[in-house]
Amino acid sequence: MTLELLFQYLVAGITYGIIYAIVAIGFNIIYNTTGIINFAQGEFVMLGGMTAVTLNTFMPVPLAIVAAVLITMIIGALIEIIFIRWLDNPTVLRMIIITIGLSILIREVALHVWDEKVRALPYFSGTATSSISIKGVYISPQVLWVIGICTLIVIILNFFFSHTLLGRQMRACSSNRKAARLCGISVQNMVTLSFVLSAGIGALAGCIVSPITYIQYDSGTGLAIKGFTVAILGGLGNSMAAVAAGLILGVLESFSIWILPTAYKDAISISILLLILFVRPGGLFGSREALSLKEF
Amino acid sequence: MKRLRHLHIVYMALLIVGIQVVTSATDTAYFLTQLTMSAYYSLIIIGLSLVMGYAGQISIGHAGFFAIGGYLSAFLTTYNLLPYQETGIVAFLSNAGLLVFSQDIYGTDLLTVHPWCAFISAIILTTSIAYVIGRPVLKLKGHYLAMATLGFGIIIFRIVLGSSYFGEADGLSDVPGFPLIGGVEISGNMSARIVNYYIAWGLVIIGMVLLLNLVKSRVGRALRSIHGSEDAAKAMGVDAAKYKLHTFVLSAVFAAVAGVMLTHYNGGIGPSEASVMKSVRYVAIVAIGGMANLWGALIMGSVLNFLSLRGYFGSMDDAVFGSILIIIMLFAPQGILRKGILKDLRNKLTGNPEVKQS
Amino acid sequence: MAFFEVHNLSRSFGGLKAVSNVSFTVTKNTVKSIIGPNGAGKTTLFNLISGFLPPDEGSVTLETRQLEDLSPDKIAGHGVSRTFQNLKLFHGMTALENVMIGRHTHSRSGFLSGMLSLPWTWVEEKAIVKDSLEVMDFFGIAHLADSEATSLAYGQQRVVELARAMACKPDLLLLDEPAAGLNMKETAEMGKLICKIRDKGVTVLLVEHDMSLVMNISDEILVLSYGEKIAEDSPLAIQQDKEVIRVYLGEDDA
Repeated sequence: MTLELLFQYLVAGITYGIIYAIVAIGFNIIYNTTGIINFAQGEFVMLGGMTAVTLNTFMPVPLAIVAAVLITMIIGALIEIIFIRWLDNPTVLRMIIITIGLSILIREVALHVWDEKVRALPYFSGTATSSISIKGVYISPQVLWVIGICTLIVIILNFFFSHTLLGRQMRACSSNRKAARLCGISVQNMVTLSFVLSAGIGALAGCIVSPITYIQYDSGTGLAIKGFTVAILGGLGNSMAAVAAGLILGVLESFSIWILPTAYKDAISISILLLILFVRPGGLFGSREALSLKEF
Repeated sequence: MKRLRHLHIVYMALLIVGIQVVTSATDTAYFLTQLTMSAYYSLIIIGLSLVMGYAGQISIGHAGFFAIGGYLSAFLTTYNLLPYQETGIVAFLSNAGLLVFSQDIYGTDLLTVHPWCAFISAIILTTSIAYVIGRPVLKLKGHYLAMATLGFGIIIFRIVLGSSYFGEADGLSDVPGFPLIGGVEISGNMSARIVNYYIAWGLVIIGMVLLLNLVKSRVGRALRSIHGSEDAAKAMGVDAAKYKLHTFVLSAVFAAVAGVMLTHYNGGIGPSEASVMKSVRYVAIVAIGGMANLWGALIMGSVLNFLSLRGYFGSMDDAVFGSILIIIMLFAPQGILRKGILKDLRNKLTGNPEVKQS
Repeated sequence: MAFFEVHNLSRSFGGLKAVSNVSFTVTKNTVKSIIGPNGAGKTTLFNLISGFLPPDEGSVTLETRQLEDLSPDKIAGHGVSRTFQNLKLFHGMTALENVMIGRHTHSRSGFLSGMLSLPWTWVEEKAIVKDSLEVMDFFGIAHLADSEATSLAYGQQRVVELARAMACKPDLLLLDEPAAGLNMKETAEMGKLICKIRDKGVTVLLVEHDMSLVMNISDEILVLSYGEKIAEDSPLAIQQDKEVIRVYLGEDDA
């Protein structure tokens, strides 16, 4: 094992890891305002990617991505308005089953619209074979795109939630719904907004990752599981920790290829998920004190 | 109460016989094949109904237990041990009469594990896995529990899909019939179609009687109390964790038995049986039947599986079950096969405030 | 050796000491009440004794049985039964079935015998029904047996919960605000029922806000404030205790 190869694995791990983190943040946004885990989160990623590929046939890549993200956001809003908004105090079990049902429906619709073919957007710059050399290590420019855009998303979101009125209102809903309502915040609109945001972020992730990983109608589930693993690993609801957790999982997965056949790559992350659920359901970074008061 | 319970079983038996007679008379005996298969699927459904309705736990991984049973049984009854005939353990098993000689269709000699022995191994393995996985999993609630069981299901799916021992994407085939007493065997043999139909539904009846008894017993009452208020149940001395675990394991065994039998009936098993979609489908059927309603689960389990197996849903198969899930959970979270559903519906349509839902 | 003894029991949440170094004993066949202002740690103390919260330190002893490390269901098996401040009846079950759960620790039919419906389980089941009806009769609610428990009047639900706790045939009964939400007449009834329970030979530990009830039925009173024991004496002495008066009046003024 040369140092260069080691570095290659590391870069690959970081690339995937940051994508997982973005999916995890999508989970967190909805979880924070509603207490719901949206099992259809992965479908947003798939929808974004697939829509962008289709739109790309008659518009340039950047425009296609923007349009795909917008369309997915609208779908996210519609889902919330049609299926979630009017439910009066639903149980967790009910919400789990509804979002699972939604994910199946979206997947099936996608199958009928786009069939089973694997698709991808073109590379944002250069081609599949072009690479940039950094001190003797070759990496694809798309990797830099992924890392760059994802970092940007994280920074913007962080700013949004801590420095804008709207972001603060959304956070208020998460910490205390009743109090937020009393302060004149429309909790329902915040929930819709969280679905819109979450769908948009998921869709963007789907667009930028598609040139590397390719996507098809059922790519969502796998990404959702990884994203959820990362969300749990970082502690549900904690988006900054999700980034760290994402990188950990991505790198672990990337290096796991050394010891296990690729077919079991997914099994690794799920084993990590199960392990963390059993041992520390509050995540790697949750404090013991807070853990003892939470229900899992 | 007790008489009523047994009366329903009698009705069910009459219906089973009735359907067989009608299909034979009308020359539509081919329906029996799918009816037999849906019987085995119903076995999983009623077990899962116990977990979801009575123990109040969700499991999106029951296809995993079905697959463990089916795959282990298929593997043991098809893997040729002849090359290892002289090695210690194989020789020992052979001497103990646990192995059988046979020939495949090309005349190759095979030495495989006896189906009964494979069946028992499958049940033991499933029970152990359910215990090991159930202990930590059932400490979780809500989303965490759902994801953990889903994760378990996916791991099983990945293992059967990625392992050459289990035939990867092709699955395992050429599984022999499962011999019962008097030369009768569970197999897809055309001539044994009617017998197999009765065997399958006989198993369902046994399963139903066992579970109905359980629900009415001290254990069933304790389970309902856990569902009603876990804290109060504990305060009354009910070991909630143990009861949940045992229920989970019991339902896993039901799923494994179904897996073994259906595999012998079909003569093989493929990775789709372990897929997440299968697990979700079982959850959907339990939900539509009404969570704590074994009869509802059984009826929906046999009807929907039969329709699906006959191909009535076409390429929309998964979409149908997805839609069922959403519609039921949105409008009738307690299922549709229960008393008072019409009243609720009327209330909803006329805009009366909803009765308390749980 | 005391019948029931709590020794140096402590539990904190984060930096807050909810219960700190509380020790007391209860004599067999008496009623002991725990009082104190809101947030004094009374319910936490109950949860520690009944195993719903693990204590940070300290011990709980019933006769010779150490209870502090046991889970709630094991503690129930050792003869400690409890009720809850905000009623926790099993919804979807009749009053009789609720009380029948109280017989859980005294019966043994399990998964296998239940599924096979073995004849001895029928006998056991009959005995459970008979015992439960007897307990309900003792509390004068036998006529409510077949009503759904959670649809009963609030006062009746309180009694059903009491009957359920008593069906365990406990040595020690923990009552967490049994008169909460009851009117004056019902509270007086509740007081009589608690005395009836004590006369049956059951030791009662009670958390209660209603002072008239506490003063009427208690043999001894323990006063908690901010998680610490500040007094422990007979009802008469407690009423005159300066520290207790200060704590209560100070709290009332605030």
